[in-house]
Amino acid sequence: MTMPAASVLTFVRAALLVLLLALPTLAPSADLPGGASRPSMAFGALGLLPGDSVYRLPVALTDQDGRNFHLADRRGSLQLVSMFYTSCPYVCPLIIDTLKKTQHALTADEAARLQVLLVSFDPERDTATRLKEVFGQRKIDGASWTLARTDTQSVRKLAAVLGVQYRKLANREINHSTAIVLLNTDGRIIARTDKLGDVDADFVAALRKAIAATGD
Amino acid sequence: MERVRRMLCVLTLFAGTAAAADYVAVPGGTFSSVLPADDKAADVVVEPFRLRSVPVTNAEFLAFVASHPEWRRDRVASVFAETRFLSQWQAADQLGNDALADQPVTQVSWFAAQAFCENEGARLPTWNEWEFAAAADATRADARGDPAWREAILLWYSQPSGKALAPVGGEANLYGVRDLHGLVWEWVDDFNALLVASDSRDQGDPDRLQFCGAGALNLRDRDNYAVLMRIAMLSSLKAADTTANLGFRCAKSIE
Repeated sequence: MTMPAASVLTFVRAALLVLLLALPTLAPSADLPGGASRPSMAFGALGLLPGDSVYRLPVALTDQDGRNFHLADRRGSLQLVSMFYTSCPYVCPLIIDTLKKTQHALTADEAARLQVLLVSFDPERDTATRLKEVFGQRKIDGASWTLARTDTQSVRKLAAVLGVQYRKLANREINHSTAIVLLNTDGRIIARTDKLGDVDADFVAALRKAIAATGD
Repeated sequence: MERVRRMLCVLTLFAGTAAAADYVAVPGGTFSSVLPADDKAADVVVEPFRLRSVPVTNAEFLAFVASHPEWRRDRVASVFAETRFLSQWQAADQLGNDALADQPVTQVSWFAAQAFCENEGARLPTWNEWEFAAAADATRADARGDPAWREAILLWYSQPSGKALAPVGGEANLYGVRDLHGLVWEWVDDFNALLVASDSRDQGDPDRLQFCGAGALNLRDRDNYAVLMRIAMLSSLKAADTTANLGFRCAKSIE
């Protein structure tokens, strides 16, 4: 604790005042849980990830089969990522349609190199069981798609890192912006689209380019 | 023992000053937010919570960075903070003359603010919590209808932002919370819930459909420019952004 105190002494301002004001904040606070901070967001066993990789964010997820995984586990292949919720009446079905159309705009070989990850805004209601039902209802390809949920705080952080806005209303509907994000193999956002309904040709072009660049 | 001695020293010399990082109780209640709970007119319910009485200072954030070096400006991952992060500090581990110890820390990203609060067992306040606390003046829980109060806040917004920030510890409001107005803008937990975007103009175009349900925000109390400016500012930010006038304070739920 001497280092910050030493630096404040150099201030032009009344050094004593500044020092005394700073001290109680530098001392450990009595109501902290024994100094045991929560896991840091920035580091882990992630090694050489680029600084702008969304995989820097630790997000614990559960998929439609109840399997636990971490966002960073998706590293190594191209990912289409978006957010949705199953009780969404209007836009979210469109998100699923758009993702399907985008996949279908690719050749089978190209599509095989791409995974789709949809994370729920609504972990309270979107249980793994509920997510699983969507596969049947919407005839979703189980080989390339993952529907997942996480905790409320991680939803906020994931949305922040993907640049998605959302807001829960009193009637439990959720207003949200739409983004389909393309992550490269290291989790960097390399393309995004907010176009729904039809395929975004520019986005598909970016997708093709990324698939070609990833190679075998 | 050392800590007790320090605390006594501070208490003796500075009884009554508000610079200690303490949390004060905010009662909560039914509240008419500028952002209605149903996007039409419904009031929001704010549960009782505790709020830091003053914004987080440079000295406090420096102590956090010292114990969590992954948040040093020369080590932080760019996904969590842009290049201006803590750029007013003299060095990654030193404040210098442009960042005094008791000034509010600014140039901090939402992710960095989150990490600081989590480290002290807290979180960022929600927009509605912040708005509830900030509606009070020194004597009234909700001063927002008072033209003089609004005028005073707008006066701050009209000041040029070039001059140095004052130290934390302005006048206390009804709950003992200080500096909600007149010092810095502040991050809130759900800054990315404030969907005031140009996108609302696209609602009629199905190719550009942006929002589930009711669309973009329906703002109530459109005369409250001070609050609306704050929402507009927060909604324009990305979570890694930092600005010279944007700081934060933490909140705690009451279990």
